[in-house]
Amino acid sequence: MKNPLDSIWGTIISGLVLTVVLYAVVKNFLM
Amino acid sequence: MEYVPVLARWLHFLAGIMWIGLLYYFNFVQVPALKAAGADGTAAGITKHVAPRALLYFRWSAVVTWLAGAALLGANFGSAFTLAKGFAAIGIGSWLGTIMLFNVWVLIWPNQQKILGLKPATDDEKNRARRVALLASRTNMMLSMPMLFFMAGGYTHKAAFGL
Repeated sequence: MKNPLDSIWGTIISGLVLTVVLYAVVKNFLM
Repeated sequence: MEYVPVLARWLHFLAGIMWIGLLYYFNFVQVPALKAAGADGTAAGITKHVAPRALLYFRWSAVVTWLAGAALLGANFGSAFTLAKGFAAIGIGSWLGTIMLFNVWVLIWPNQQKILGLKPATDDEKNRARRVALLASRTNMMLSMPMLFFMAGGYTHKAAFGL
């Protein structure tokens, strides 16, 4: 599998996914 | 003393804009520009005159951003980094910013010194340094997105987190 960080768009999509995941973790488990 | 958080917030934003602005410059502008410049033999202009200056402001604005952020957290520093109740959002932002500072000084800067010829390195070492520096830079760009989401928490975020 290609590393998503090899492309700008792969990096941006990874950043968006990570934001959603961390938001869900904080909202549901840490607040 | 009431001026400390005001000045710390101001400095945190100023330095943070410089740091993340240069991070986006590297990822959106310099990396693709170097690829094109390498093809027509003009890369030296960037690697000799632009990149060292950009890296100078990049790495030191990262330090100033982190220190001003720590000053801004003040007595809440421990609560943020231990993700204490009520501090989880800013705590996640603080951890992401700290990981990014680590990447700048431990992965990006030492490898860029090899790439730019500021530190002696063989061709193999340079090729490896290019890969590590690129991935660390892209990692920071990826981390900057949730980092800014959690750092920039204001009244809007209270609604987002159902508070």
